[in-house]
Amino acid sequence: MIENHISLLLVVIPLIAAPIAAILPWGRASWMLTLVVTSACFVLAGLQLWAVVHNGAISYELGGWAPPWGIEYRIDALNALVALIVSAIAAITVPYALLSAEKEIPKQQIPLFYSAFLLCFAGLLGITQTGDIFNVFVFLEISSLSSYALISLGQRRQALTSAYQYLIMGTLGATFFLIGVGLIYAQTGTLNMMDLAQRLPEVTSLKTVHTGFAFIMIGFALKLALFPLHLWLPNAYTYAPTVITVFLAATATKVALYVMLRILFTVFPDGFVSVTPTGDLFLLSGIAGVLTASVYAIYQMNVKRLLAYSSVAQIGYMAMGIGFASFKGVTATIIHLFNHALMKGALFMAVGAIIYRIGACRMDNIEGLGRQMPWTFGAIVIAGLSLIGVPGTAGFISKWYLVLAALEQQAWLSVGVILFGSLLAVVYMGKVIEALYFKPASEANLSVKEAPILLLAPTWVLVFANIYFGLNAEFTVGIAEHAARALGVAAK
Amino acid sequence: MDFVLGHYNYWIAIFLMMVGFYTVISRGNLVKKIVGLNVFQVSVFLLYISIGTVTGGAAPIITQGIKLYSNPLPHVLILTAIVVGVATTALGLALVVRIKEAYGTIEEDEIHEQDHSL
Repeated sequence: MIENHISLLLVVIPLIAAPIAAILPWGRASWMLTLVVTSACFVLAGLQLWAVVHNGAISYELGGWAPPWGIEYRIDALNALVALIVSAIAAITVPYALLSAEKEIPKQQIPLFYSAFLLCFAGLLGITQTGDIFNVFVFLEISSLSSYALISLGQRRQALTSAYQYLIMGTLGATFFLIGVGLIYAQTGTLNMMDLAQRLPEVTSLKTVHTGFAFIMIGFALKLALFPLHLWLPNAYTYAPTVITVFLAATATKVALYVMLRILFTVFPDGFVSVTPTGDLFLLSGIAGVLTASVYAIYQMNVKRLLAYSSVAQIGYMAMGIGFASFKGVTATIIHLFNHALMKGALFMAVGAIIYRIGACRMDNIEGLGRQMPWTFGAIVIAGLSLIGVPGTAGFISKWYLVLAALEQQAWLSVGVILFGSLLAVVYMGKVIEALYFKPASEANLSVKEAPILLLAPTWVLVFANIYFGLNAEFTVGIAEHAARALGVAAK
Repeated sequence: MDFVLGHYNYWIAIFLMMVGFYTVISRGNLVKKIVGLNVFQVSVFLLYISIGTVTGGAAPIITQGIKLYSNPLPHVLILTAIVVGVATTALGLALVVRIKEAYGTIEEDEIHEQDHSL
């Protein structure tokens, strides 16, 4: 009985839990509730992925209304995977949140903090589950509005201005998406993605559809922080509470990327990307993003901001995969989507552990801490190697498939950019490691102790995941290929 | 000429869209930016309502003797979008209040100056 409703439960459980978390009198009670909810969602998302891989796509009719009239939740391997990533990261972040949030957020705001976290979680899961394009907009705004509030909870006052900046950019992006959906609705008269996929081929030559498509892409490029529309991201990630940085860096951009993939390859007919300049634009913005953001990252003095710029660069790699518009390219994008969540999650968590101990993460503050906090330092080194793409780590698998996709099209420039980008990652991660280990510790840093186990355990879960998925790529690659097929990208 | 006059509702929507968008980009005052954002969102609401019109159609309320109705779906969608717009405005203004408390100003250039003089 319950297994038929997994798709809906994934969205409804956190949505119902959010107001409950807000009215609970103690912060720890809200935390407990959030922990139970996110773990339950993790299990459900795992079951859902298993069901999709073994029994094929799930179609869930909300309220029993048949699509395309009613809202349909349609789950295939791709959204099942993204839902699993979101709920897994949430389930790992929440144990970490207990101490980190108590340190960074005023006590009376903690129940509200978990409430907004659950809302954001529900919104992100909703985007992945739904098969209705207008529903995507609604869930997008649920997750965005709660993430603006969460970012503004940061300790420094810049958190407020960066939340405001993100609100303006995010709302512009969402409204652009709304315009695009309206224009496409005007031509097709439907909002259901599968129905759109059937009706769009007849009208793809119309200017209205092209305009709508462009609006949707720009709208989501803003949400995804695709270069050069990434300006909100470094500030938001730097000043948000650490837990939120971990969660958003590992999930929000991934979900936005998922929507892009869905619209590019499922909703619009196969080949639309290559007929229009879309593919080239993705490739161009990906290449520019990888190079520019990596160079910016090298010059950052704040470790969180450095990692934020590195995120923009990693999004560039994913955009390049889309730009190839081939089966291999999209597979590489999906693999990197999964692996990047693991490595950025681990890195931001480790930096959060440093912030927990010394209250800052500027390069000059963290000097010599590697010897005082060996486990945190180890996590940064391994996750950093994964970010660079050293064999034996998850990052290598992503880069390998991305290079294969580029070689298939003999895009030598792209191959060069991917390899050069990794070299730049060596430089900026090297800078962090140098400051942590090779610089002498200041007086104050000598007495710093290792971070508490509650912060280290979640970090190391992600670090081990980086190694495990680096050595055993069967799961990631299998699911990614399954997902690329489900998207409707023709295998060549 | 018919093309221009016949689509006047779309011209109004596009005009408002540009006014709103320009206000968001060009104004340094945080409240004015939110006002611009509102105008921008409302223009999209108008666009949707225009799309829903069916030439010669009556208001979508079942009445005897009427066969042709306008499409009510865009109206329903826009009701949702209006709620989202209200929530965004409220959150945006709340942030402006907090920024005013923290910086003592809501002018973007002055905030920028304070952050960089530290």
